[in-house]
Amino acid sequence: MQEPTNDMVLNLLQETFNDRILKTEVVRNQLQIEVIGTHVYELIKFLKDDERCDFSYLVDIGGVDFLKNGDGPERFGVIYILQNMNNYLRIIIRTYISEEDLEIDSLTPLYLAANWAEREVYDMFGISFKGHPDLRRILMPDDYEGHPLRKDYPLQGRGERENFSRYEYYEPSKV
Amino acid sequence: MGLETLLAEKLKDTVLLSKMDAVINWGRSNSLWPAPFGTACCAIEMMSLFANKYDLARFGAEVLRFSPRQADLMLVSGRISIKMMPVLSTIWRQMPEPKWCISMGACACSGGMFNTYTLVQGVDQFIPVDVYIPGCPPRPEVVLDALMEIQKKVRGEKLLDRLHGE
Repeated sequence: MQEPTNDMVLNLLQETFNDRILKTEVVRNQLQIEVIGTHVYELIKFLKDDERCDFSYLVDIGGVDFLKNGDGPERFGVIYILQNMNNYLRIIIRTYISEEDLEIDSLTPLYLAANWAEREVYDMFGISFKGHPDLRRILMPDDYEGHPLRKDYPLQGRGERENFSRYEYYEPSKV
Repeated sequence: MGLETLLAEKLKDTVLLSKMDAVINWGRSNSLWPAPFGTACCAIEMMSLFANKYDLARFGAEVLRFSPRQADLMLVSGRISIKMMPVLSTIWRQMPEPKWCISMGACACSGGMFNTYTLVQGVDQFIPVDVYIPGCPPRPEVVLDALMEIQKKVRGEKLLDRLHGE
């Protein structure tokens, strides 16, 4: 079977999804496509299941916050990186979601690796993933409030790092 | 005939007179058992401290104890996040008295370059620190110096102070 190339994948996607793909470009020999949030699951399912594409490996899921600079059409972006493990072709899928409706379909039914990656995006940006089996914080403490990688979150926090009770943690009677 | 001369005559060279404080502190200061709490690059420097080139065994502190119940010197080396701080203070509280603490490197002392929401700005806000070591990371020689400072401190302590608690 013919190995997938950027052009081939792009043609396949445009045949199947045509107007639902907003933008495509090739940067440093990697295909990057932009798609509407509600179609991400469908598109990635196609990329994974189609024999000609065969993107069997989810490299990473990342979040971006475009608070002020106007780089994105909406405030938040979610970026997926997939890889074909036969010829190491990579594809980057971008989508934008608005602040009012911070929800997107979870990829956990497709890739087990999506579990922790989505928890991280949830922890850092507060984007919730519909259908995720266990959407908890992964990096910050469970009782932490706020999502620290948002651009409007103060770098030095809102007093979390000073607000331990000194005596709660250093009282000999509690040993 | 005074009592001292009588004793000296009877016991000759078999007895050495000293102070209780001096004897116990001599023992404590020369057998400090460190509990390493390494979370970052400072821990790599700390590891070389225990290896043959710097050889902490020369100061009697080579017995690394990974159980805090058997240790009396806490070596905090590395950055401590707000999620790790309760773990550190739990381990500190599990160490029996008497105990001492060295805060190694800029991150443990003050948060270092990480002035962010997630990092504790100095472990001394939550556990008592005896000796601070600056540097990012400090060289092993400085940690040797800190250990000697701790030994100096231990030798100057009075037993009754520890008895009544700090």
